[in-house]
Amino acid sequence: MSLSENTPVDVKSVINDVLEAYPEKSRKRRAKHLNVLEAEAKDCGVKSNIKSIPGVMTIRGCAYAGSKGVVWGPIKDMIHISHGPVGCGYYSWSGRRNYYIGDTGIDSWGTMHFTSDFQEKDIVFGGDKKLHKVIEEINDLFPLVNGISIQSECPIGLIGDDIEAVARAKSAEIGKPVIPVRCEGFRGVSQSLGHHIANDVIRDWVFDKTEPKAGFVSTPYDVTIIGDYNIGGDAWSSRILLEEIGLRVIAQWSGDGTLAELENTPKAKVNLIHCYRSMNYIARHMEEKYNIPWMEYNFFGPSQIAESLRKIAALFDDSIKEKAEAVIARYQPMVDAVIAKYRPRLEGKKVMIYVGGLRPRHVADAYHDLGMEIIGTGYEFAHNDDYQRTAHYVKEGTLIYDDVTAFELEKFVEALRPDLVASGIKEKYVFQKMGLPFRQMHSWDYSGPYHGYDGFAIFARDMDLAINNPVWGVMKAPF
Amino acid sequence: MSDKLSQSADKVLDHFTLFRQPEYKAMFEKKKAEFEYGHSDEEVARVSEWTKTEEYKEKNFAREAVVINPTKACQPIGAMFAAQGFEGTLPLVHGSQGCVAYYRTHLTRHFKEPNSAVSSSMTEDAAVFGGLNNMIDGLANAYSLYKPKMIAVLTTCMAEVIGDDLQGFIANAKKKESVPEDFPVPFAHTPAFVGSHIVGYDNMIKGVLSYFWGTSENFDTPKNETINLIPGFDGFAVGNNRELKKIADQFGIKLQILSDVSDNFDTPMDGEYRMYDGGTKIEDVKAAVHSKATISMQEYNTTQSLQFIKEKGQEVAKFNYPMGVTATDELVVKLAELSGKAVPDSLRLERGRLVDAIADSHTHLHGKRFAVYGDPDFCIGMTRFLLELGAEPVHILSTSGSKKWEKQVQKVLDGSPFGKSGKAYGGKDLWHLRSLIFTDKVDYIIGNSYGKYLERDTKTPLIRLTYPIFDRHHHHRYPTWGYQGALNVLVRILDRIFEDIDANTNTVGQTDYSFDLVR
Repeated sequence: MSLSENTPVDVKSVINDVLEAYPEKSRKRRAKHLNVLEAEAKDCGVKSNIKSIPGVMTIRGCAYAGSKGVVWGPIKDMIHISHGPVGCGYYSWSGRRNYYIGDTGIDSWGTMHFTSDFQEKDIVFGGDKKLHKVIEEINDLFPLVNGISIQSECPIGLIGDDIEAVARAKSAEIGKPVIPVRCEGFRGVSQSLGHHIANDVIRDWVFDKTEPKAGFVSTPYDVTIIGDYNIGGDAWSSRILLEEIGLRVIAQWSGDGTLAELENTPKAKVNLIHCYRSMNYIARHMEEKYNIPWMEYNFFGPSQIAESLRKIAALFDDSIKEKAEAVIARYQPMVDAVIAKYRPRLEGKKVMIYVGGLRPRHVADAYHDLGMEIIGTGYEFAHNDDYQRTAHYVKEGTLIYDDVTAFELEKFVEALRPDLVASGIKEKYVFQKMGLPFRQMHSWDYSGPYHGYDGFAIFARDMDLAINNPVWGVMKAPF
Repeated sequence: MSDKLSQSADKVLDHFTLFRQPEYKAMFEKKKAEFEYGHSDEEVARVSEWTKTEEYKEKNFAREAVVINPTKACQPIGAMFAAQGFEGTLPLVHGSQGCVAYYRTHLTRHFKEPNSAVSSSMTEDAAVFGGLNNMIDGLANAYSLYKPKMIAVLTTCMAEVIGDDLQGFIANAKKKESVPEDFPVPFAHTPAFVGSHIVGYDNMIKGVLSYFWGTSENFDTPKNETINLIPGFDGFAVGNNRELKKIADQFGIKLQILSDVSDNFDTPMDGEYRMYDGGTKIEDVKAAVHSKATISMQEYNTTQSLQFIKEKGQEVAKFNYPMGVTATDELVVKLAELSGKAVPDSLRLERGRLVDAIADSHTHLHGKRFAVYGDPDFCIGMTRFLLELGAEPVHILSTSGSKKWEKQVQKVLDGSPFGKSGKAYGGKDLWHLRSLIFTDKVDYIIGNSYGKYLERDTKTPLIRLTYPIFDRHHHHRYPTWGYQGALNVLVRILDRIFEDIDANTNTVGQTDYSFDLVR
């Protein structure tokens, strides 16, 4: 299907046209997830965090992906067992670019795939015995492992295995945390429940069963980075700014993170949270239990970075506030040069975004800083509080789509004709075939980091190289 | 804090160089020292050395339960791949929805192409009550939105564990008018806890054939001159299937590929997105029951399918990912034999050119030691080609490999003096291979992108010749089968060898004496 000519479009009627293609029952259900943002809206007027409809080609993943792939997987000094059949761990093996520093296979295991590789007999007779053995073998072959997590795949919950009992027994035996996670893929409606389950497990099996490291000395400036998975090094280009304004980052959750950092987190003075969707649960828990305040921040694009640095600094004394101003001033000439270079090449370009649970709003101002315009945005697995947070980032008339289907996204793009589509790997080639510049906004399209001032320069460069590459100009044959 | 920033608008540094700047290096050091509570550098170095020893290898090979970096995926992705080789076919994966996101992602990352498949999106309630309603709605929605010519249903392990009955569910859905009664909905049960992606491939091929050909034995089907061919799960399918068609054209044979993804996984960029492209036509699948013979290019991908076809009265022939001169000869001879046609001169010429190229380059290949891993058929094909080049396959490993496969590889090794240091390892994984390479070194590794970690650990150059290849582009567009394909494989191996020689001889004033212009 090819793109239509670029003509002004009535976005509401586009939604109605798209819905026409559905059988009636599904049409009614999908209608609740699509909307055009109204002026002064409190949220985006769409339903969210609801089951996907069978057969529509949802882009969503599962709870296992949310726990193993997102929250737990990046903890580098632990081994995460994909417990069940071989596939889940195979497909998620090293696919997410959560950068870390370590000796892989010796003291870090981030780019490896460990599985109990269930066979039919494990399904029939249960897999607990095998799990015992798996943990023994891991501890034996990888003596420097600091902890082990059990990431449940679908069959575990269906066949009634008692992974918690195994975890308790083995933890006592090997003297290291063994952490069972009930993140079977059929639970919940998307990755989101997997995030939540993973957060709860950290609460119950890390905070409640371990202590902060002996000898850890607190300072008044201790903060954490929560909800940054260090895609392409994002957490690093964020950390460096927090350190420059005089704070001490005692833990990274979970990109390039360690078990010790999780354990020491209750010692923080403030939890700073980037990906609200995947880790607000643990931040709220720490507020209740340890009285640690938390603050959301946004390190995409200079406007948001400066605002966030000031907000963060405001929680501390004047020395931090002064340093924050100094840091903002220090980076300003570089930011100005980046904008001077790229804005003329990107001004007025229209973008449609479809990503996970944070970036569909969080990256908006980075685009705005470059003079670009968001004409459509939506989330795979957001909840209502995300849509509430979205309204102030995007303007009236923006097309909003929740849990969009491949069919809908294709039709919306055909009708709205953006200059750039910013989504995931499954969407990338569909739109490139149509002749549309595309950037993967989960993996930064193998680039990054995009967080922080250093990341913004890369972000600007990447949007330029996508939109202004000559390949789009040779798409049509002259004959 | 110096005033000079590393980052600049003039020369934007991304992750390649940004994190090597001093301010980041200092930050990493500090994080490690103050917050990570890791092990001492000495302890890490000690354990690292220990993992390279014979003692560690023994421990590693004594493993019974944990699998580490396997060379296999699960059944459904193979079944999905097989289904996507039929015209206008949309796979519907019955079970949890996350699986489909994974399969689509994996295939897309390799082929750099869109990949379309839907899920019946079963959740907790379906786990309790079964997924019948998901099937009914799923078929109806997929049919209305994506206008396929066929929907091929397969299962995730969730649906298999709760025991959903595809045949009954699909019949029920048709009664509810999800799709028209005569709309083709073949299916395959593809439990992830049995076999691997190659078994899933087999199951789906058999599922599609059974749907169109009927299920029972029927030896008296009238036969024609067509020869069917089943390629198997193949990351190089785009180049390979096209090469097979060229070979058949040269012969003047009517070749019917059953499941041909070559066009679907290689669509042009011309402004139009083709959700479906090419593939084996449904009419041709129906007609293929009358073909006189069926060739399988990958025995271990087609065990049940070939048996089924045999029961339809066809002659069947099986190969093991034939690569190189003699394996291609065998394919060509089989085509001549089955068709009753003489081998065309053009193929004789291609063969001669391949042998010529090997002769030109043999000095760089002779005696070089290789580790090979991948699917069982690929390993056999690759081993044979290496032996033919005078290279020595040493470690041949496949997580999907059986005892029978090990014997088959051993037989191949026994057939050549270059095979005497070779051994097959079925059911083993890439962590085993790491131990093997550390304790019994090889010059090169042949495998896929996952081998890059082995390359880094053991400092052994990797040649990517099998699925998945995520970190190099477009190789799958070139064939590895046929004489032409063998030439491509030869060049890929040679290029890596020469790059390796250059990389080890390029320090001026120290190792530059072998940095030769002419080789």
